[in-house]
Amino acid sequence: MDCAPWSDLPEPSVTYVPATVTRSAKIVVAGGFGVGKTTLIGSVSEVRPLRMEEPITQASAGVDDLRRAPHKTTTTVAMDFGRIHMAGGRIALYLFGLPGQSRFQPLWEDLAEGALGCLVLADTRDLDASHDALGLLDGADIPYAVAINAFAEAPVYPEEELREALALDADAPLTVCDARDRTSSLHALITLTEYLSEHRSAALMESRR
Amino acid sequence: MSGPRRDPDMIRPYVRTQGRIRAHDDVRLESVVIAATGPTDTLAPDARRVMRLFAGADGGLAVADIAAALELPPSTVRILVSALMDSGHLASPAPAAEDQPDFDLLQEVLRGLRSMV
Repeated sequence: MDCAPWSDLPEPSVTYVPATVTRSAKIVVAGGFGVGKTTLIGSVSEVRPLRMEEPITQASAGVDDLRRAPHKTTTTVAMDFGRIHMAGGRIALYLFGLPGQSRFQPLWEDLAEGALGCLVLADTRDLDASHDALGLLDGADIPYAVAINAFAEAPVYPEEELREALALDADAPLTVCDARDRTSSLHALITLTEYLSEHRSAALMESRR
Repeated sequence: MSGPRRDPDMIRPYVRTQGRIRAHDDVRLESVVIAATGPTDTLAPDARRVMRLFAGADGGLAVADIAAALELPPSTVRILVSALMDSGHLASPAPAAEDQPDFDLLQEVLRGLRSMV
């Protein structure tokens, strides 16, 4: 058969959001390839992390890629995500891993919209990859914190040097985590959320003035 | 082997999404929807596939969950879900709750994360 009708396709397995959930929220985990986004999401998610794929058209894929792969007209961006249920099952918090390359900017605007904030994962062996993600965030006006994923073989630098190398805003938190470890990953997310909460209170105070 | 015309990716997006070309602004990756009512036999194949995911469901699904399960681009699913909400097939689990200020949501998320450590 050329093409199976939809009714013959195998039934995909899904994990439903509990019926108690009335509200959802999103935190974006950004960073370069191989920095540990999926590992971090997998270590805290209550459901098996899933993957979505978005094809990117030639125009938005950027010239760099086309030079390297001249016959390719579309690129597929894979995004892994997980989910945590909280507040007595009323809230579903989704964690989305988004690629940090600046050529994905149009995709970012669509997918990151409405995010509470972003955790940028960084590897001290490739801080350039984090620069791209930080640039996207500045453009999208999403508050963020940076977490260095402490790979065993990666060099350790003093915080001040890292802040300077990443050109971080003075108030943006910088923390260290082990993305494989659930508690460590949760602490990185808590650091981000505490900052978001302060950030939001400051904005509220400002608007009332 | 299917010819190029049989490749589902070759179907123009507006055909897949019943004529709708844009998603609602508030239908995002993390937006959870639940099945409402309505006959599904007049729906286009992709919309029917979405509704089939909800057959026997004991809860909702977010746009991202649907995209992953059906292997469809999330941008397409946002539009499909918007169209299915317009037609009354899908609904938000608690529209009133959307009035809750974002600051309260942040506090609940913070409390939730802290309780997991």
